[in-house]
Amino acid sequence: MSSNYFVNIIVIALSSSLISNVVLSQFLGLCPFLGVSKKVKTAAGMGGALIFVITLSSLVAGLIYKFILLPLHLDYLKTIVFILIIAALVQFVEFFLKKYIKSLYQALGVYLPLITTNCAVLGVAINNVNLKYDIFTGVVNGFATSFGFAISIIILAGIREKMEYNNIPKYMKGMPIVLVTAGLMAIAFCGFAGLI
Amino acid sequence: MNKCVERLYNGLIKENPTFVLMLGMCPTLAVTTSAINGLGMGLSTMVVLALSNMIISALRKIIPDKVRIPAYIVIIATFVTIVELLMHAFVPGLYSALGIYISLIVVNCIILGRAESYASKNPVLPSLFDGIGMGLGFTMALTLIGLLREFLGAGTLFGFATANIFGDTFGNVLLNVFHKAIAPNSKGILGFFEEIVSIELGSFSPVGILVMAPGAFFVLATLTMIQNLIKDKGAKAGKDTSKIGSGCSSDCMNCKDTSCSKRLVEPEKEVITEEAEDVKEEEVKDEQ
Repeated sequence: MSSNYFVNIIVIALSSSLISNVVLSQFLGLCPFLGVSKKVKTAAGMGGALIFVITLSSLVAGLIYKFILLPLHLDYLKTIVFILIIAALVQFVEFFLKKYIKSLYQALGVYLPLITTNCAVLGVAINNVNLKYDIFTGVVNGFATSFGFAISIIILAGIREKMEYNNIPKYMKGMPIVLVTAGLMAIAFCGFAGLI
Repeated sequence: MNKCVERLYNGLIKENPTFVLMLGMCPTLAVTTSAINGLGMGLSTMVVLALSNMIISALRKIIPDKVRIPAYIVIIATFVTIVELLMHAFVPGLYSALGIYISLIVVNCIILGRAESYASKNPVLPSLFDGIGMGLGFTMALTLIGLLREFLGAGTLFGFATANIFGDTFGNVLLNVFHKAIAPNSKGILGFFEEIVSIELGSFSPVGILVMAPGAFFVLATLTMIQNLIKDKGAKAGKDTSKIGSGCSSDCMNCKDTSCSKRLVEPEKEVITEEAEDVKEEEVKDEQ
């Protein structure tokens, strides 16, 4: 555990949350990004739920990969195993929160079913393995990635709330103007490339 | 056999997953930076889609209804792993260009959507052709978007410089026409043509942003705008336009279609009873 290790982790966190943002430059989790961004409140809920699930799933997927798949030489099965782990984990979390942490369930519960087959969750788990991150780095990467998602979805929702009152050309209403907004946000996020 | 042809037509044109239904947007945006990437992604998705549709249809009477989603996911993920290993072995260049998006075919909503809405209810042969049709439609869409982005953004087609394909003069004039169409800075249509004619040959500079991440959003915005236009015109002409853009509406929270929110075991009954219990408990408390 040298200081080099922690510098590396900070670089990874910065790069996966801002520079190669999960939605705006990797296009993962685009469906909730476009579909749950009408209001800032729901967008924040979705962001929170995704932070929770991705951080947890990158921990669980990392543990299972390291202690079960690698020793048995089954690492080529990672796609099948990870998607099942994530789907089961999301459902387990849903039941657990419902039973024991009612307040958190009320805040995040509606969004959990939307996350099960979200490509961002599987994407982070597979990325962690492909880039050979250790478990702690993987968890940090998962948290940073989903934090980046939360930032961008909240910004988009804020813009969309303001845009409600704007006069938008007829055929640009709905999805097209949201996508143009997302494109402009992506240009803005390109500016972070000089950060490191 | 007629039904199979109808399925192909349905997937390619009538219910094209990208252009009509708006499904599977993540790979569409991510890999269409060049035509060859779009083609590779489309074909590998088609293989997975056709084979998983076939197997799911063959097993549709054996798989219990309650655990069908995990069963489908395992079948789909198996084929994705096979395709991934094959691509790693035989087309390593494409494999590294597509990267993580090959594994993410598993969560492509086209595949689970077709399994749920078609393969689980229909015989094997039509399901296979449904998969091939949808896959071809997806491939066509990705290749077309890839071609457009690559042509305008990098000035190449399938990796070859346009000058080598069309010859120096024609290739450059063609590029300039498109370039001016995107950013016309002259007055009126006459000035536009005048400028195209008077352009120095070889002066084309690609619109680099189109092959970068923001360009993908702008391309998709244009696409959805055209969809809106067609939908509006179709509705005025009295045609059925309900299919257009129906795959992913802009509001997940009020979406009736549950194809994006699959759970391993659907807990509906349990939810009702628990809520009923909660209500009963509250009622009891109220009475006390």
